[in-house]
Amino acid sequence: MRTVLNRSRNGVCRLLFTFLLASLGGGAAQIATAQDKQTIHSVVLRVDAPRPKPISRLDLPPADLGFAGGALATEDNQTTGRFLGQDFVTTNIAVPPEQALEALETALADGARYVVVLADGPMVVQLADAAGDRALVLNARAPDDDLRNANCRANLLHIAPSRAMLADALAQFLIWKKWPRWFLIEGSHPEDTAMADAYRRAARKFGGKLAEERVFEDTGGSRRTDTGHVQVQKQIPVFTQRASKHDVVIAADEADVFAAYLPYHTWEARPVAGSAGLRPTTWHPAQEAWGATQFQRRFEKLNGRFLRPEDYQVWLALRVLSEGATRTGSDQPDVLSEYILGDDFEIAAFKGEKLTFRPWNGQIRQPILLVGSRVLVSVSPQDEYLHRVSKLDTLGYDEPESACDLGR
Amino acid sequence: MSHPLIRAACLATCLAAPGVAPAYTVYVTNEKDNTVSVLDSDTLEVTATFDGGQRPRGITISPDGASLFVCASDDDTVRVFDTATLKQTHTLPSGPDPELLVLHPSGNPLYIANEDDNLVTVVDVETHTVLAEIPVGVEPEGVGISPDGKTLVNTSETTNMAHFIDTETFQIYENILVDQRPRFAQFTDDGTRLYVSSEIGGTVTVIDPAVPETIHKITFEIPGLSPEAIQPVGVRTTADGKTVFVALGPANRVAVINGDTFEVEDYLLVGQRVWQMAFTPDEKYLFTTNGNSNDVSIVDVAKMKVIKSVQVGRQPWGVAVSPN
Repeated sequence: MRTVLNRSRNGVCRLLFTFLLASLGGGAAQIATAQDKQTIHSVVLRVDAPRPKPISRLDLPPADLGFAGGALATEDNQTTGRFLGQDFVTTNIAVPPEQALEALETALADGARYVVVLADGPMVVQLADAAGDRALVLNARAPDDDLRNANCRANLLHIAPSRAMLADALAQFLIWKKWPRWFLIEGSHPEDTAMADAYRRAARKFGGKLAEERVFEDTGGSRRTDTGHVQVQKQIPVFTQRASKHDVVIAADEADVFAAYLPYHTWEARPVAGSAGLRPTTWHPAQEAWGATQFQRRFEKLNGRFLRPEDYQVWLALRVLSEGATRTGSDQPDVLSEYILGDDFEIAAFKGEKLTFRPWNGQIRQPILLVGSRVLVSVSPQDEYLHRVSKLDTLGYDEPESACDLGR
Repeated sequence: MSHPLIRAACLATCLAAPGVAPAYTVYVTNEKDNTVSVLDSDTLEVTATFDGGQRPRGITISPDGASLFVCASDDDTVRVFDTATLKQTHTLPSGPDPELLVLHPSGNPLYIANEDDNLVTVVDVETHTVLAEIPVGVEPEGVGISPDGKTLVNTSETTNMAHFIDTETFQIYENILVDQRPRFAQFTDDGTRLYVSSEIGGTVTVIDPAVPETIHKITFEIPGLSPEAIQPVGVRTTADGKTVFVALGPANRVAVINGDTFEVEDYLLVGQRVWQMAFTPDEKYLFTTNGNSNDVSIVDVAKMKVIKSVQVGRQPWGVAVSPN
């Protein structure tokens, strides 16, 4: 392992030296000679499964969801690349699930060696297995905990946080607030159950108590109707009445069926968290700490809209690849993957500390933002939670409890 | 803010009044309060506070001490104040969201990092015109000038490079990769060393600017603190280059480094989230801005001790000290 790393380091030295020679002529936009030039070819593959419309029209997905973050990352990467003689090419593909494997084959045939995937968990595994050793796959959406555990893959890195990381981030804050009694309401879809399981696990881990648990059945029908709020105002109080004494209502509603209706309508005057109210997420357009304002502005100038979590995750995935390529001087997936999972890798991503990877399952460690509708509320891990390796490992499955066995 | 001309001025002052500690004026930008606090280096008290524009951050002072330059980030301008009256005399075109700036040792021109536009703007402080806009890496932040004024070094936070710029041609002639999120670049007074701090990387890269090449990387370790909490930002070196001070952000400490061996010799406990620092010209004191505790800490350089904390405005960011 060390040998490969060292060899790639020499690659950087050679590259810098080449650049030094090339730059003696002066000039800002220095480009290395053609034979030195490396191309890091990535594809952003978004698999659009049919979904009902969101409850709130503010959540309607823009056509360039994820791709817009990729566009900014590619600009950032090219700026660095122009100084080092590396070219970063990104192709965007949006397909329905039945065309995903075919789209992957086409992209690989075109020379892409890196695939950033926006898809659900089972599809991510399918694509990673299909890619095999032909490409490094980066998961920028699926939060499934089993992808980080028993169902992990050697050619798969996780940029999106897992459900356990999101639940733990919220749980730490609720315990810090001394709101340990939770009223958990979960939706009736499998992903809702998975998220509720993550909150149950977080309660055990951090000392929360599930005072009450209920399931909100999705009975189908359209998501919005004119004057629908009239019925909501009657239904939600009734649904939430006579719950055991609780400090906070936690909604596990990834399918987006009911959570947005909870705030202000619950029977008891209690704050709502989880899928509505105080939400754990990777990004929010109001985030301004740690130099994020400049990042938000650059994105908005380029794309004409606010930055969404999917955009942030695709941006981060491509920045991780660029950082690997810059530091190793290589464009090869195996070299980059080894460096990215190694001790020397680190990346700044407007979260106030460096992000690194968990080598045992390929998950990037990251602080999780806790956001209200307008502003940032807090950032987890909370200061009070300590860890022998990294405080970030207080979020999600830690190494001793991981069921992922990649032989690393 | 400790280039040779300032020191020469100090020397003259010191000789003129032997045995008496000269009083300098210390200016601190308060990012949240939109003000500049003024301190007296003799009494160590706040003597005045004045309006610094929207979100004042980077600050520097002319070699003659007459003019104060403040990056008013949310006003997209550099405000210039008369130090005698503390009144604004004019503004300079800075490009959007100016953050840090540095003056040529002669006092002109002024080099400003524009984070939003990936540019370094060069402004003539006499004619108030833009001389050049230099395209650099993503999110330019730190700007350092060599004592001979021939080399400008700019750090770009997302590209993670120190860009070496020829101040006559305004062209980049070399780039050196450093660790994540480089914030600040500081030459020694003799120009033989350049220190670049990496906030997220947690290191300071020591560069021989003549080649230029990296010769050492300084790392930090503080018992009881996680490595992530150690985030180097501001860097200052004594005139003889033998001692280097590095502000460590949320570690709430200033590292004291031996300028010959690059070993960390001490950590001085200061206020919370320490970012920028400035010496008095006689190097008796070092002032640090502590953004999260709303104060400045004052280091007695000879004793290597923090002797006092003085409350200023909210979220103090930058600091500059008068040369006389």
